[in-house]
Amino acid sequence: MLSMIIRRIGQSTLVLLIVALVAFSMFRFVGDPVSVMLGQEATETDRENLRERLGLNNSLFVQYGRFVGRAIEGDFGVSYRTGEAVSAMIADRAPATIELAFVSGILATVLGISLGVITAINRKSFFSQVIMTVSLIGVSLPTFLIGVLLIWLFAVELGWLPSFGRSGVTDLGGWWHTSLLTVDGIKSLILPAITLGLYQMTLIMRLVRAEMLEVLGQDYIRFARARGLPLRKIYFDHALKNTLVPVITIIGLQFGSIIAFSIITESVFQWPGLGLMFINAIYHVDIPVMSAYLVMVSIVFVAINLIVDILYLFIDPRIRDAANAGAGE
Amino acid sequence: MKIKTILTAAVVAASLTSVAQAQTLRWAYAGDSLTLDPHSQNEGATHTVAHQMYEALLHRDMSGAITPSLATSWAALPDNANVWRFNLRKGVKFHGGEDFTADDVVFSLNRAKMETADVKGLLTSIKEVRKVDDHTVDIETNGPNPLLANNLTNLFMMDEGWTKANKSEKPQDFANGETTFATTNVNGTGAYMLVSRKPDEKTVMKANPNYWGKGTFPLEVTEIVYTPIQSAATRVAALLSGEVDFVQDAPVQDLGRVAKQDGLKVVTAPQNRVIFFGMQQGKADLETDSVEGKNPFAEKKVRQAMNMAINRAAIKKVVMRDQSSPTGVIMPPFVNGWTEALDAVPATDVDKAKALMAEAGYGDGFSITLNCPNDRYINDEAICQAAAGMFGKIGIKVNLDAKPKAQHFPLIQKRTSEFYMLGWGVPTFDSHYVFNYLAHTDADDRGSWNNTGYSNADVDKMIVSLESQVNLDTRNVTIAKIWRQLQADILYIPVHNQVLNWSMRKDINFDVQPEDQPHFKYMSFSK
Repeated sequence: MLSMIIRRIGQSTLVLLIVALVAFSMFRFVGDPVSVMLGQEATETDRENLRERLGLNNSLFVQYGRFVGRAIEGDFGVSYRTGEAVSAMIADRAPATIELAFVSGILATVLGISLGVITAINRKSFFSQVIMTVSLIGVSLPTFLIGVLLIWLFAVELGWLPSFGRSGVTDLGGWWHTSLLTVDGIKSLILPAITLGLYQMTLIMRLVRAEMLEVLGQDYIRFARARGLPLRKIYFDHALKNTLVPVITIIGLQFGSIIAFSIITESVFQWPGLGLMFINAIYHVDIPVMSAYLVMVSIVFVAINLIVDILYLFIDPRIRDAANAGAGE
Repeated sequence: MKIKTILTAAVVAASLTSVAQAQTLRWAYAGDSLTLDPHSQNEGATHTVAHQMYEALLHRDMSGAITPSLATSWAALPDNANVWRFNLRKGVKFHGGEDFTADDVVFSLNRAKMETADVKGLLTSIKEVRKVDDHTVDIETNGPNPLLANNLTNLFMMDEGWTKANKSEKPQDFANGETTFATTNVNGTGAYMLVSRKPDEKTVMKANPNYWGKGTFPLEVTEIVYTPIQSAATRVAALLSGEVDFVQDAPVQDLGRVAKQDGLKVVTAPQNRVIFFGMQQGKADLETDSVEGKNPFAEKKVRQAMNMAINRAAIKKVVMRDQSSPTGVIMPPFVNGWTEALDAVPATDVDKAKALMAEAGYGDGFSITLNCPNDRYINDEAICQAAAGMFGKIGIKVNLDAKPKAQHFPLIQKRTSEFYMLGWGVPTFDSHYVFNYLAHTDADDRGSWNNTGYSNADVDKMIVSLESQVNLDTRNVTIAKIWRQLQADILYIPVHNQVLNWSMRKDINFDVQPEDQPHFKYMSFSK
């Protein structure tokens, strides 16, 4: 099994290097950073000098090699836009994004599972029909529209929640800061968390419902009913447990995409996290920030995949046996 | 009786304190300041934030006029037109308590001239800055420069001691990978002091208790909370819900909604930015057109026809929702050299334009690619779409290529575009700035935005002569002459001047500044 994990880590490193290379070859199509960095009084000579000093005239592979070489030492350069060190920028903004992703992940999981169970048990009730219809909206409406609709309703019309920003931030010393400890902070988190998590919530809900319906039709549930076990025990102890294996996989994988795709939610709500930083980097052709962000996101994805794969080994004996057999070859 | 007097006194005192009450201004704008280093970037939002905390020798007030700031008076020396003498304001202190002196001016201007300073382009005419005494500075230029003052309004003064002690002698260098102290810290002489800043999140400033301008400016805002909000819909929502007090850039389609809301108002004024189309008329043959072996734009009648085909009033009404002022010249109305006659909009006449096309030998029309930005000017892409339809009516089939600014501007800078949209602001408020960048032959450091291939030796000579002509009347005559020539040649096709719409709480008294620079020390509140 150890050899399997080592092999997977090797593969992951390769994936990271390829992601970085693809990213680098795409940057030339994003635009010319120098033309954004210098004002309108700058001459072509000024621009050429800056290009030369930033090494933008070197070939793709030279630039890529330089990036990888520095990245191994943990140096991602300074942002072309703000002049801050990129690693410091990421460390500064990561808590906001992770907190938002975490809260919307929990929201999506808890609500998704409970609504999924309810709609599966009371398949024909009016409430279930309504939930199923509403969930269609969650799957089909684009995130930015949901965000703007929520802002219009809860911030402009009702005035209950703030329309933008992350307020009430408490500094926990070191590098972590949180908005979960103040009322203001929690209020500012609600709308972005719902917006970000809505898609995942409907996905989980529909998955749980489908799995539940399948499980509820199976023999052991019928026998349990026939034995006269309390319904709650049947639904939650027996049926739900057996639906959770695929659900947990989905939740794990979706957590990665919540972090990666928080870009839209963060720019709608001006949430000061990594997604907003990335959007700004694209507008300004801030190559150091873009490359660091893409590498970071691929690390998150690769890590989650790795963890999920390793979990499989523990959960499913068949995969473990296959892996061991493979290692013995 | 006595009790009554005391009560009255108490009421009066209470009302007085409420008048002098601290006023926090919550301000939102699409972009954030890029850096707090005042010399490192030459860009709008960065200057706006810097202007609250740093000051220049001279200042453009809310009407765009140059007023004394850290310099109280300035003039060229009577015996040497190459040297300007600036008398500095006395008793001014930096936020950290250091005295403002001539050494700081010499240091700051030299810092702004360094290779890594983006503002160095404003200072190319300066040869040397010399201290005369503690409160007098001489600036020597390479030749007589009647516009020196116009170039100094965005060149901020830093404290020499503070900057050196914090190893920030050089503006931020993006290549060396180190962040300087001045990127994140401020020590200026301005009306506001930095309290805290998180980039892209929030910048808080508070009133400077020792500000020299007390009594000169209203200074009713005691705290500024600046939040960049990128999404236009969210920015408007924040204003409507009362979470911010002042927004510079509400999208034109939402202005009606804002103006209708109780407690909010929209103040409108022309902006110092003109939008126009440029055409490559110098090349022998174009690459993106359908004509082989010749360049249709080189034919003056084609340019005339295009100038006639475009319906500026329709663009104003449909695309800009009335928020623009159509113009016939590529110069905003604040600029020295502007006249109503030049500004007059050419009449739209499709039939005559078609006839001109036929005369020029293009009766069957031709096709051409139009390069257009989609994230730089107000409704830029929509303007290009509308214009493409209008050019289509006279047989010019326009293939629209709209791109983000980071990809659009290199096409102009590298001279690959043959037909493009460009916007131009005139920070010096003088025609020379327009001529130098847009009309002078593209050579050496001049004509750096002239992608038209236009080259007229007479015009070039006149443009250069403006730089050293100290007699302002003679100079203005030359300016008028250059404009006459450029208009006759139809060098560019002007569309309109942008209009600024500042949305704010109804009790705020604030004029719109033509450079889109809100200076909050001028803001006051109705009681």
